[in-house]
Order: sequence, then C-alpha cells, then structure tokens
Amino acid sequence: MHFFMLDEGPLIWTSDVLIILATIGIIAVLSYFKLWKWLWDNWLTTVDHKKIGIMYLIAAILMLFRGGTDGLLLRAQLSWPNMHFLNADHYDQIFTTHGTIMILFMAMPAIIGFFNVAVPLQIGCRDVAFPYLNAISFWLFFAAAMLFNLSFVVGGSPDGGWTSYTPYVENAFDPGPGENYFLVALQITGIGTIATGVNFLVTILRMRAPGMTLMRMPMFTWSVFITSIIIVFAFPVLTVALALLLIDRDFGSHFFTVSAGGMPMQYVNLFWIWGHPEVYIVILPAFGIFSEVFSTFSRKRLFGYSAMVVSMVAIAILSFVVWVHHFFTMGAGPGVNSFFGVSTMAIAIPTGVKVFNWLFTMHKGRLEYTTAMLWAVGFIPNFLIGGLTGVMLAVPPADYQYHNSYFLVSHFHYVLIGGTVFGVFAALYYWWPKMFGVLLNERLGKWHFWLFMIGFNICFFPMYFLGFMGMTRRVYTYPAGYGWGVINLIETFGALLMGIGFLVFAFNILWSARYGERDTTGDPWDARTLEWATTSPAPTYNFARIPEIKGRDAWWLMKKNGESINGPKDIPFEPIHMPNDSGRPIIMSLFFFIAGAGFVFEWWILAIIGLAGVLVTMALRSFEYDDHHYIPVEEIEKTEAAAGRL
Amino acid sequence: MSDAHTAVHGGHHPVDPSVPVEYHHEENSLRIAGFWVFLGSDLVLFSCLFATYVVMHGRTAGGPTSNQLFDVTGFTIETIALLFSSFTCGLATYEMRRGNRNAMVMWLLITIALGLVFLGFEITEFVQDASSGARMQTSGFLSAFFTLVGTHGCHVSMGILWMSGVVVQLIRRGITPITARKAFIVSIYWHFLDAVWIFIFTVVYLTGKVL
Repeated sequence: MHFFMLDEGPLIWTSDVLIILATIGIIAVLSYFKLWKWLWDNWLTTVDHKKIGIMYLIAAILMLFRGGTDGLLLRAQLSWPNMHFLNADHYDQIFTTHGTIMILFMAMPAIIGFFNVAVPLQIGCRDVAFPYLNAISFWLFFAAAMLFNLSFVVGGSPDGGWTSYTPYVENAFDPGPGENYFLVALQITGIGTIATGVNFLVTILRMRAPGMTLMRMPMFTWSVFITSIIIVFAFPVLTVALALLLIDRDFGSHFFTVSAGGMPMQYVNLFWIWGHPEVYIVILPAFGIFSEVFSTFSRKRLFGYSAMVVSMVAIAILSFVVWVHHFFTMGAGPGVNSFFGVSTMAIAIPTGVKVFNWLFTMHKGRLEYTTAMLWAVGFIPNFLIGGLTGVMLAVPPADYQYHNSYFLVSHFHYVLIGGTVFGVFAALYYWWPKMFGVLLNERLGKWHFWLFMIGFNICFFPMYFLGFMGMTRRVYTYPAGYGWGVINLIETFGALLMGIGFLVFAFNILWSARYGERDTTGDPWDARTLEWATTSPAPTYNFARIPEIKGRDAWWLMKKNGESINGPKDIPFEPIHMPNDSGRPIIMSLFFFIAGAGFVFEWWILAIIGLAGVLVTMALRSFEYDDHHYIPVEEIEKTEAAAGRL
Repeated sequence: MSDAHTAVHGGHHPVDPSVPVEYHHEENSLRIAGFWVFLGSDLVLFSCLFATYVVMHGRTAGGPTSNQLFDVTGFTIETIALLFSSFTCGLATYEMRRGNRNAMVMWLLITIALGLVFLGFEITEFVQDASSGARMQTSGFLSAFFTLVGTHGCHVSMGILWMSGVVVQLIRRGITPITARKAFIVSIYWHFLDAVWIFIFTVVYLTGKVL
C-alpha cells in the first residue's frame, strides 16, 4: 500500500484526483453514448495505417499536454529564488518525466503518427508492409505511455533525469520502483519503435507505386526512409542499455556499479550511441515536413532535391559518430574530444545545405502564408539559433564552460521545439484536412502560432545568458543575489504564453470539429504530392487503382496534364486484398503492461504471467491463416462514385 | 519490385517455377525482406552486448576469471551441436525446395533436437558456474558473460518454440507458399543465431581461455 504515497502531500493528491476523474469521465462518456462497441470495432482493433496514425497523434497531443504541464510546474518552481512550490524530490521527478515524455512519448509518436498518415498515401500504396505489426507498434507505445504516466502516483516517478545516468540510478542511491518505470516503459515503447522502423523501411523499399523511383519520392517519404534506417540501427542500443541497467537494479548484477568491477561510463556511452541518433530521428521527419510545406505554399518544386537527399544521408551517417559530445567533460582526453568536436561541427554543413535549399525554394515563389507555412518559416530562424549554439557547444574547451548549464538547456529546446515541435504543428495544420476531412481554423491557428512562437523565445532565449551567468540545469532552487531571479521570472511568463498558445490549439481542434470548413475536394492547398489525389479522409484502400507515376510531384503533374488518379476509365476495377482487423495487438500490449508492472515492482509472478501472455498471443498469430479479406468491386465502385471519380 | 501492389493487394500472378517456393507470393518476399531488416537490428543488439562483454572481460573483482571458468569439453560439444543443427536446418530447406514434406519435417525435428542438446549443455554450464559461486552478482565480468551468452540462449529457446510451431503447421498443411515462407524465415533466424554463436565461441570462450 505504501506505493500509493498517500502521505506525500497535495501534489500527489491532486494528481490522484485528476487521474480518477479523467478515467471516470472517459468511461462515463463511452458508456452513456454506447460507444464501446464502436470504439472497439473502429479504432482499438484497426490495422488501417491512417487510423493508427490518428491514434498516435491523439496520444502525442495528450502527452504534449502532460509534458507541458510538467514544464510549467518546473518554471513555476524556478520563477524566483528560494521558492518552495515543489520540494526537491518532486522537482527531480518532474524534470525527469518532462524530458522522457516529451522525447519518447510526445515527439516520437507525433512523427510516427505522420509516418502513418502520409507515407503510404505519398508512395501510392494501400497500407504499410506489415499492417498487423503496425498496430502492435502503436499499442506497445500506448501501453508504455500509460505505465510511465502511472508512476507519479504509484511508487514515485523516476528521478534520474531523462538520461538516467549510472551510477546515480543504481539501487544504492536510488532505490524503489521509480527508476524501473523509466527503464521498463522505454523498453516497451522501444520494441514498438524498432518494429515501426522495420515496417516503414520495407514499405518504402518494396511497396512504391509503379514509376515511383527513389528519386521521385516526396521529400517527406525520403526523410522517413532515412529515419527508419536510423531507428533500426540505433534503437537496439537503447534496448541493451536499458536491459543491462534493469538487470542491475532487479537482480543485483554489476554492469554499472562502481563496486565489483562495474563501469558507469559504459552506460553513458551506450545511452548516447542511441541518444544522439535519436535526436536526428525526431528532427529528420520534421525536415521532411518542412520540405513539403515550403514547396506547397511557394507553388514551386523543391529546390535542390538531390542535395536534400544527400544531406539527409550525410546527417544520418554523421549522427552515429558524434555521441561523445554529450560528455566532453567526462575525461575521454583531448584526442577523442577533438575528433568528436569536429564530427559534430561537420553536421552543420548538410544542415546548412538544407536551410539554403528551403530558402531557395521560397525564392521567387508565390508565397502563401497559411498557418502551416508560418510554422515552417518560423522554424528557420529559431532552428538556426539552436543549431549555431550547438556548434558553440561542439567546441570541447568551451564546452567545459557551458556543460550542463542553462546554455545547453536552451540549445536543445531551441532545436527540439524550433525543429520538431514546429514541424509537428506545421504537419498538423497541413495534413489535418487529409486526416479528418476538415480544415483547422486559420485565424485561431495564427493566434496559436504567434503566442507559441513569441512565448517560446521569451522563455528560452534568456536561458543562454543564464547559462553564461552560471546557472546549471536540474537545480531545484537557487539563492537570491545571483541576479538570476528576474530572468527566470521573465522565462516563466514566456512559458505561460506557450501554454496559452497550446490551449488555443486545443480550442481550435474542438471549434473546427464543429464549425470548421469541410474539405470536399481532397486537395485544399492545391498541393503537389499523391496523398492529395484522393478524398479526405482517404478511403480504406487509399487508391482504387494504383497510380502510374511519371515524375516528381506526381499529383501536380497529373493535375497539369488533366489526368485522373484512377487512370483511364475503361479498365475495370479489381477486388482489393486487405488485412483483417485484429484485437490481438491491444491484448498483447496489455500483457506487456502486466509484465512491465511485474518488472517495475519486482513482482515476478506478474512478470511471468505477462511474458507468457505475450508468447501465447505470438503463437496464436503464427497459427492464424485467415487474416485478410477482399473488398468487392461493387463496393469500390460505390465509394469511387461517391467521391466523383468514376 | 513495385508490382508488389498488384500482388499484395489483389492480383494473382501465375506461379513462376524458377522462383523458390517461399517466394511464391509477393507478400512472402515482403516478409522475408522485413525479417532480414529485423535481423540487422538484432545484430546491433548483440554487438552492444559483445562490446559490453569485451569492456568487462578483465573486471573480475576478485571473482573467478574466464580462464578458470570455461570448460573446453563442454563448450566444444555445444558448439558442434549448434553448428551441425545449422547444417540440418539447411537440409530441411533443401528438401522443402524439392517438395518432400516428410524429409523436411524430419530434418527440422533433428534441428530442434540438436538445439535442445545445445541448450542442455548451456544450462548445465550456467548451473555449475552458479553453484560454484560464479554468479551474475559476483563481478562485472560475470554479469556481462551471463547476459551475452544468456541472451543468445533465450534466442535459441525462442527459435526452438517457433520451429516447433512451424513443424506442426507443416504436418497439418503440407508445403504451401505460406508454410514454406514460415519455415524459410525460421531457418534464416536459426542460421543467424549460429553466426552469433561463432562470435561468442571466438570472443568469449576461445579468447577467454588464452587471455
């Protein structure tokens, strides 16, 4: 019972009440409107990539709210010297969950959501290579996110920072289930992410429409292709790092302890061999999104297509050889540090190539400043600030001064928010009509953009100076007289503005669902790539007939030549082979959740039940032969006629 | 390549006899490709465990060293068993191509049996080590040793369960494109484990006896 921490004060009680109320609310609404069956049939068991993408995005937005609340609590605590709004323990837990949730449970599902929403449509195929596996990926992520979110009120959240460095998180210094939550939840979501990487790699390599050569693919698809390769090679490293640390904590082995021959630096190395590619995993798809948005709203083809591809490949390769720059100060020596300093600076070159290509895409274009375009244009200066401070941090001698100061905190917030979050928002505004058949309100969108962007700069730009003034990250309070107080107060105000911007966005979603402009054409932006060639939202089979691709910006070419997406009219449709829905992925993720809880609380019976359940669901899948159906021609003709494409 | 669509979603291509049976549906070739990619990620996982083991090798913290721990007879026999199982697994694939279901099932069963022999030796070795006081909790070296070799052992156990399931389906359904694909994928998994074992044999056991 002591795991429920009912003696820990109002913060825990509030969270308890909120969790209970939210759960009761969801159950009540679903029961009152008799939506359980609808939910199960249409969403929980689906293997349709478009629905899975939407579920990823819903989860990501919820997690953005949770992570943002964490961030605001942190800012409130730091807003003045000697504050005691949070105690040190809670502060540690909150900055840990803030980082972990924002990266693993917000940025990752958001970009993977857009993989699912856009990629199969962009390359002209009917689903990803392995739809069933795709559902498993999502549900594993979801189970992990739920497990992680429970931690704050059951047993305490992890408090070792999102990097969870050893030896601090070993049992000797950090007992209890908290850190296990971090390890287990990331492990489960990591398995799902590896599956996603495999899935999209094979999808893009093998499922492209005829004529869609690699160099004719939309830039977003290219970025997903490269990202999938990075995922496949980086994520297993995280799996190993987490597994070894969990074995240390649960079974008392000595990988990373200082006693008995353990080596804490081994964990730090493994973590960042995954961790650095990971930040490129979340930024490259954002680059792809910006490429789509810039070329769509400049009414021009993307400038320097091949240079864009080459620079992305270069970034992917370099991302694996820079990991030591996260710990220059840990004594690797001048030779090693120089090598990693230089390789880090080298990443600025392909990134610079990309930035100039975006600028040249806009050059002499007929620009249209929709909300999506605003996010993309806002991204360039903000990301530039983040990138250039990154180059400053890449200088090892200078890094001894900046390391783990607020200068660093500001740098990575500038690249992650100014890059990934802006990219996610741009993509939300851009693909919203494709997902739901309704446009988000532009006026509210602009309010959202300006509030968020200005708030973001007010919140994070002063941090560079705070870093120079000596404030280090992860301190929960500071004495008066350092001159930090006023700057922190200004930053907190900026953070509030970002929060208000997010609320405007949430209101925009609700308002548009009710009153938003319907997208009847399927192509509201007069865009260039294939996903806009079909109805919004796309039919389950995406394309009644697989289109022939004749060049880059396939849909643009078709529009110019007056061709229909379905090709010539006289060819009859054929029945379409589709995968069956399955309830097994969600049941499997439930077993993963149970096993995870067992490993968190070292309650082995639970762990064994969970793992056995996982094995049984896998075996059932192996013996399943009847897993697809055909959509009859009449139904296709009906759908196509309704869309006006016959 | 890109006629994957027509094949995966609707088209029925005539069976091309020059293509091996496990590739007879485009969906099969997708799944085989996907499995190769997965093996790539599994290879990265083992690489990290190897790196950890190599780093930890000398960190025995006063506990037993690799030289004291490893028993040449035991690890030689288990290595021969596993390498031979890879050969029998290849024979099963050969019989599958010739369409002899019974011979194929027989070779797969022999493969499973050899896998069980291998596992038996490994479990015996672990139990003996642990009872002589060389446990995971003893030193960094032993943590890394048990984790690396144990992860491979878990993979082999999974492979045995999986292969048994495939054998059941072969007996029930005969050699169809789908069962052939399943058997083919489990066989590449098995060969992969064999390749990993060759590295374990070299890096852990042989090196451990001389360094």
